[in-house]
Amino acid sequence: MKKVAIIGAGPAGIEAASILARNGVEVTLFEKSETPLKNLQDKAFLFPNFQSAQEIIDDLSGKLLTDRITTAFGVDIADVKWQGAEWKLVDSKEQTYVADAVLIATGYQVFDAHRKEELGYGIYKGVITSLDMEQMIKHGKILNANGDEPKRVTFLQCVGSRDEKSGNHYCSKICCVTAVKQAIEVRKQLPKCEASVFYMDLRMWGQGFEEMYRTAQEKYGVSFVRGRISEAAGTFDGRVQLKSEDTLMGLPLKMNTDLLVLMVGMEASCGTKVLGKACDISGDYGFIKSVNPHLYDNETGKPGLFAAGTCKRPMSVSDSINDARSAALAIKDYLDTIKIEN
Amino acid sequence: MKIHAYPYNDFVIPFLIGTVLLFAIIIFKYVKWIRRFSDEQRKVIRSNWYSWKIFPAIWEMIREGLIHVRIIKKNLLLGIMHQAFALGWFLLIVVGAIESRDAFFTMQHEQSIEYVRELQQQNGWHVYNTGEDKNPEYLNQRRYRVETEGGIARIEYKRPFYVGIFYRYFVHKAPASFRQHKAYSDLMDALLLYVFLGLTMAMVKIFWSKILGMRRTTKHTLVDRFAKFSLWMIFPMRLLAESVTACLYGNGGFFTQAVGNLFDPMIVRGLETSVWMLYSLMLGVFFVTMPFTRYMHIFTELLLIYFRKIGVTEGDKKTGYTYFELNACSRCGVCISGCPMDKVLENHEIQSVYLIRSLRNQERVSRLKMIADNCLMCDRCTVDCPVGIDLSSLRRMTRDKGKLDTTGNYEYLAKKQTPFNAIGRVAYFGGCMSHLTPGITESMEKIFNAAGQKYWYMDKLRTICCGRPLQQQGFLKQAEELRQKNTEMIEKSGSTMLVTSCPICYQSFKKEYNLNIPIMHHTEYIDMLIKQGRLKVRHDDRKVSYHDPCELGRGCGIYDEPREVLGAVTNLQKTRFQREKSVCCGFNLGNTKLSLEEQTAIRNASLQNLTSKPVDAIVTACPMCKKAFQHATNDYPVRDIAEVVAENLIN
Repeated sequence: MKKVAIIGAGPAGIEAASILARNGVEVTLFEKSETPLKNLQDKAFLFPNFQSAQEIIDDLSGKLLTDRITTAFGVDIADVKWQGAEWKLVDSKEQTYVADAVLIATGYQVFDAHRKEELGYGIYKGVITSLDMEQMIKHGKILNANGDEPKRVTFLQCVGSRDEKSGNHYCSKICCVTAVKQAIEVRKQLPKCEASVFYMDLRMWGQGFEEMYRTAQEKYGVSFVRGRISEAAGTFDGRVQLKSEDTLMGLPLKMNTDLLVLMVGMEASCGTKVLGKACDISGDYGFIKSVNPHLYDNETGKPGLFAAGTCKRPMSVSDSINDARSAALAIKDYLDTIKIEN
Repeated sequence: MKIHAYPYNDFVIPFLIGTVLLFAIIIFKYVKWIRRFSDEQRKVIRSNWYSWKIFPAIWEMIREGLIHVRIIKKNLLLGIMHQAFALGWFLLIVVGAIESRDAFFTMQHEQSIEYVRELQQQNGWHVYNTGEDKNPEYLNQRRYRVETEGGIARIEYKRPFYVGIFYRYFVHKAPASFRQHKAYSDLMDALLLYVFLGLTMAMVKIFWSKILGMRRTTKHTLVDRFAKFSLWMIFPMRLLAESVTACLYGNGGFFTQAVGNLFDPMIVRGLETSVWMLYSLMLGVFFVTMPFTRYMHIFTELLLIYFRKIGVTEGDKKTGYTYFELNACSRCGVCISGCPMDKVLENHEIQSVYLIRSLRNQERVSRLKMIADNCLMCDRCTVDCPVGIDLSSLRRMTRDKGKLDTTGNYEYLAKKQTPFNAIGRVAYFGGCMSHLTPGITESMEKIFNAAGQKYWYMDKLRTICCGRPLQQQGFLKQAEELRQKNTEMIEKSGSTMLVTSCPICYQSFKKEYNLNIPIMHHTEYIDMLIKQGRLKVRHDDRKVSYHDPCELGRGCGIYDEPREVLGAVTNLQKTRFQREKSVCCGFNLGNTKLSLEEQTAIRNASLQNLTSKPVDAIVTACPMCKKAFQHATNDYPVRDIAEVVAENLIN
């Protein structure tokens, strides 16, 4: 039986593993942390249908319960090498594993908001990231720096994405709709709290997204301001003062808010960068480069080495899962060809 | 009866013409420039002309004009090359003059009629006698035989100034009692060899500049190259002329005699005056080209050093002093090697040497602007300049956008004025950039509180810029508006000291303002607090590297205080390019033309220097630098000194 190693137990890794297992392939699923679906666990609801993230976690975790899938959690794969007939994986403890094909699904990490110091993350308690907000929504405790219910929550788009200065020129794709989703959640949980979103332009690319954006304005009264926030400062009462420009009105803007939520963009994860470099398949910004985004998007140019999900570019959970399915098919095809050659 | 003996040959004419033209042009130019000094500069010159300041001035003129200590310290071989030309040639002239003076003194003393006869017949001296009636009876120049009437004759040896230059020709045979003759000729040969050493190095430098420690040398214009050629030819011609004479008369030193002995006297006999003519011609040509080429620096740099040392400074506008600066540049190219634009971006056109040349040659405005604008104003070249030209001011002046001035834009400033009673407090000016790095201002507030110092955070809510960004971009008038408002506000407040977190503001307050209270950057201030025992800090076990911000280090000379502070709270690692050699972070606010990609490339070079040894954090003392590095890397925390100290406060 052919063996496939999948690195990264996120939605993409698990989906690909389960499909391959169902197709008679023996899969080993490596994960750096002790539990799978780490990033997904930070989420409360998923856009656009506000489905609970926990449901998806449960469904995906269920797919691992097959004896064709061996899970190796807490194993940090540091290097992947082609050795004549098979791929050799080396972990950080120098242990080695072998496989006929390898799928890299090492995913993303969020931009470290400390790097945009002018926005005051880590300095003012009222400044949080979209991940912190997701946690608050999840636990139903949206609180300001003083532990009270906020009266105003402000979201700022494009923190660490579409940003020349931090070196990330690309669009992180999911933050626009995430902010809309979170603003709606804030208004649902705290009907008295104002919510506003500062944006450069809103990219409502997916099915149902535009409708969500409309609902946010019409039903939930979320206000959208076109302009970037240039700096944030703390006030004596623990709030945050923002300086911005409303570029539609053409006026400078100064306002106070209880919470400033920084919509941090997606960056290639550490593991993605390390493996991309080790296998020489690293593309722009440390993401993994596929051979061709149209027809060979899971192939890396090295026979038997595949990539799926957000290790290639920012993607939504659903896109990531779809990408994993196509990767599973590509791997299956590959395994069949080497079977014939043998 | 009196006999006059006068050394002259036609070959001195090119030298004489050259010398006369050289000094005429130079004096004409100097007078023109001095008349263009600003009133302020005149006042400084007048009041310091005879003050004690002239001693350090003269000392530096000797040190940098002749010995070239600054270049030697930076780069031994290059320094020796410059020294060989300057000091070597200078000594050749001085020792030559002394030698001829001594020889003539002996001749005069000897009063030997045979000797004067020999000079006339063999060396072609002009000898004529004058009667008591002062009616000179000019006698056949070359064929005249000196006769004495009744043995009474007084010989008067004339010593024109060029004798020192052509001494070996005019004195084939030293006067009998001139015993130092051999020593002098050996010494002169040694000096000539010394110049030859420099000459050889200069030639090597053309093809292989790295061996002289220069990554790149100046690209010279055709006129400059011609002048250089004539300069370089002077010394081989001198060697040739002296060797030929040594061959014929055996009056050379160890070197010229050795070379002379290689010649056949029969062949060179007829060539003697011709080779001396060549030597004189080279001198003349060089002298005439000198005021129009980079060699104008030879005299000008001495005057520049003098003016600078007695306190003359560059203003905002072109003045007479500017002309001295422009002409004091020898285009040595020392400013090229350190320039990050050259090193990282491979831009070899915009270095200060070319800025000065373009200004001097009055090149077209578009090119001037291109050169002036493509610069970070990091001052790396200014610290390298061996004669201390104020390169940044020259650049600012060229950037001057005075004509774009719009008036009446500053009315809002009046509304911004909020008089504040801060008597006895320290005024804290965070600066616009520090507002984008709130970590710094927060830490400073912590530090003030920990030291029990009452302070007035004057730009916490409303900020008037210090004016330096406008200044650096060439908006000089606009910058002045802002400065006036800030001065007014600070003076009215009654605060006793100004502390700023931003080296840009710091430099502005220090140099462009005229405040009557002490001004400190927070690195100095924290250092003072720790030394006074007002701030209790602990030492952690992090290893950090420190980035010298351009405006703080090269701009204001603050190198030690940050290091003292960091030494007190953490472990400071040395880096290869530090202190005045620090590489700009690429985001200096003096930049107007560089693209983000170019800035990023320079930043990465700077970052590489800071992280070449393993460190736990990068520390700097400027919000601009901090942001630059912060954006660059996930791998190292980037901290300001104030933050590192605030983290290590013992309450």
